[in-house]
Amino acid sequence: MQTRREILSGSASVAAMLAATGLLPRLAHAQNVPGYKASAFESKSIADAMAALGVAMPSESTDIRVTAPDIAENGAVVPVGAATSLAGVKSILILVEKNPNVLAAMFDVSDAVEADFSTRVKMGQSSNVFAVALMGDGRSLFAQKDVKVTLGGCGG
Amino acid sequence: MADPMRIRAQAADGKATVRVLMSHEMETGQRKDAAGNTIPAWHIQQVSARWNGATVMNAQWGPAVAKNPYLQFAVKGAKAGDKISITWLDNRGDNRTDEAVVS
Repeated sequence: MQTRREILSGSASVAAMLAATGLLPRLAHAQNVPGYKASAFESKSIADAMAALGVAMPSESTDIRVTAPDIAENGAVVPVGAATSLAGVKSILILVEKNPNVLAAMFDVSDAVEADFSTRVKMGQSSNVFAVALMGDGRSLFAQKDVKVTLGGCGG
Repeated sequence: MADPMRIRAQAADGKATVRVLMSHEMETGQRKDAAGNTIPAWHIQQVSARWNGATVMNAQWGPAVAKNPYLQFAVKGAKAGDKISITWLDNRGDNRTDEAVVS
């Protein structure tokens, strides 16, 4: 007759073996990619996201361009572009102010690519969309655009 | 293994415009299933682009990027015949790399 303690420790070692051989469902092991800035992507406000990235609150600039529709029929697929013609850009961020997590995407710019990215994001509700450029000299600049969403993209 | 990406790269005016369509669910972690359980987040976290083998762009994405993500960017100086390859990694450890030739 086994004690409860023995059974528990036995099943724990079986689970460890399964995990070691990769037999446990991968779902249970959702893991961030190395280097992923999880704290920034989990931020609930733009101020938090900027703090998590260690940059100053951005100031508005006409040199940053954000492209997005005035009205998005479907919040699940909203085309957004962020671009700047300024030299010395380090990263371009796309943020949606009223999403549960504001930071949608971050692009690191190298000399070989233009600081001009387009993608499609989900929006839960009508909100301002921000394009933020982090400059090599420490400045951060933004442009914003108000997007009306007819049908939210975060419903279930 | 996920479905292949569709990549188009076209050279014009001294740069190549790259358009990528990835095939990924991009589950936000906000939605609930019929039983009321939260569906865990499952999304691409990192995307990188290489031009003739050298990394030119790194991006990190949150779950707010739309399902089957679209990405457009431009590589300065790329010309017809150059190779552009795109790699993504998701939070379940899956990854995919596809390559296209600039036309």
